[in-house]
Amino acid sequence: MSPVRRPLPGVLALVVALGVVFFLLPLVALCLRTPVARLGELLGSGELRDALWLSLLCSLGAASASLLLGVPLALWLARSGSRWCVPVRVLVTLPMVLPPVVAGVAMLLAFGRNGMVGAWLLQFGVALPFTTAGVVVAATYVALPFFVVTLEGGLRALDRRHEDAAATLGAGPWRVLCTVTVPMVGPSLRAGLLAAWARALGEFGATITFAGNLAGETRTLPLAVYVALEAEPDAAIVLSLVLVALSAGVLFALRRQWYPGP
Amino acid sequence: MSLHADIELRRGNLHLCAALQVEPGETLCLVGPNGAGKSSMLQVLAGLLPLERGRVELAGRVLDGGPRGVWVPPEARGVGVVFQDPLLWPHLTVVDNVAFGPRCQGRPRRMARTLAREWLARVGLSDECFTQRPAVLSGGQAQRVALARALAAAPSLLLLDEPLAAVDASGRTALRRLLRTRLFEFEGPRVVVAHQLEDALALADRIAVLEGGRVVQCGTAADLVAAPRSPYVADFVGLNCFTGNCRGGVVDLGGVQLAVVTPLEGPVSVTVHPRAVSLFRTRPEGSPRNIWCAVVEGLEPTPDRVRVRLGGDLALVAEVTPAAVAALRLADGGAVWVAMKATELQVVAR
Repeated sequence: MSPVRRPLPGVLALVVALGVVFFLLPLVALCLRTPVARLGELLGSGELRDALWLSLLCSLGAASASLLLGVPLALWLARSGSRWCVPVRVLVTLPMVLPPVVAGVAMLLAFGRNGMVGAWLLQFGVALPFTTAGVVVAATYVALPFFVVTLEGGLRALDRRHEDAAATLGAGPWRVLCTVTVPMVGPSLRAGLLAAWARALGEFGATITFAGNLAGETRTLPLAVYVALEAEPDAAIVLSLVLVALSAGVLFALRRQWYPGP
Repeated sequence: MSLHADIELRRGNLHLCAALQVEPGETLCLVGPNGAGKSSMLQVLAGLLPLERGRVELAGRVLDGGPRGVWVPPEARGVGVVFQDPLLWPHLTVVDNVAFGPRCQGRPRRMARTLAREWLARVGLSDECFTQRPAVLSGGQAQRVALARALAAAPSLLLLDEPLAAVDASGRTALRRLLRTRLFEFEGPRVVVAHQLEDALALADRIAVLEGGRVVQCGTAADLVAAPRSPYVADFVGLNCFTGNCRGGVVDLGGVQLAVVTPLEGPVSVTVHPRAVSLFRTRPEGSPRNIWCAVVEGLEPTPDRVRVRLGGDLALVAEVTPAAVAALRLADGGAVWVAMKATELQVVAR
């Protein structure tokens, strides 16, 4: 027997409808302006293929880097109780509010060829600015906060007695982390990864400032859209459509695993 | 193999300061009011809470030697714990929950699962549950799995923190019987936190009563009933208990006087069985020397009797037959005459 569903108050339902239209309109406009006749030609272009491939590579790279750096960070923030937690949390979440261009400038000053660390890295032949690796670093900088914030929330909500139970059964700290903690925060871990990946995929400002706009090397889909907008608006629309389809497709495919519920 | 614990620690308002000794094959029940330190005690024994002062020793091995001494982490103690909530891991199947302990001890997956199935059968879980997730289990079944999980790790000390608390009444009797059998087979010392007298009676060889972080009484159930040392203990075993000053055969309870038969003088506690408290509709004539009028504050049926909570000058409980409740027309808020013979009042020096 399903419970009676009480409808939302009328005014709220109206706002919901408005909100849906607000999200829908830009997409509809994009679809209406699609140059259907040139679609095949534009989709097959090498430029689009390069940008798409680069975007996928860099966004997945940034998501992986977020996972590696973010899990220990979130654990420390959620559990250490250290007085350094507050400043570190501000530091980690700063990129969420900072204009990405500012982030790009700051990264240039740190990792650029004449930057604090960049000059030193160069001695070992490692150059980040204007390279694909630089795109990943810039994307990680803006994507990591989303992962850390989501995972920290999940860790705080976890009943730690589940870990106590594992410890009394003979599981050391590593085993508890791998077999109990991480699987139990699985939903927040996945949601955080998804958020970080999505943020990295859409990254523009920090990338163009720090990594530049080199076709095939640092020109990801958003950058390609920006370039095409001036030279060939039709191509910009098609590139945007590809980006929309890619994002929507991934969100739809992962809907059950990542967001339980109807 | 015995457990020696001498525990002192502060946690919020609680100042726990208690010593325990439990022999192998013996079950010690910890009882006491909420916040008395029972769960903290178990956490110290399990290594989930550090000591401030004292020592925990199991089978001659020091597990916790205080802040500057040895401290063995929980995973190296071999102490099995069944928590108040089953705390089964939702991402593992029932079998894998139980196989966790053996896996930690380095057994291959297949062997660990075989062992887990054996333990699950031993706690009375049917095969079809084995490969399911814990979410589908009832409270009683989940607690059985938790018990199997603790036992499968072959601990040398077993701790149970109110194992029946999260189980509904219908499953409680069967689970209590199962706990009794499994505890009886377990060779090491066992410590059980209990909330109800039935649980303590069914499981315990000895009962230790914790109040405000101290052990106020420790003994068999019979010891507790014979001479409860605090109102809580008396209440726990179902007796009425009053404390006051005795002078010349009269105990002053601060306003109310009770006639007793005792040579004792000074501070005493007086206990009386609820069945020795008689109730009348009108003021009774005759020998009882303690007679007063009280207010009925509540009626609680037990299997064969009704416990009548009385208020007024002296709060106490009387036990009468259901027929008597009808004959006396007892109801909440009504007045009733109470009588107790001086000889029924047991007086112990405090």
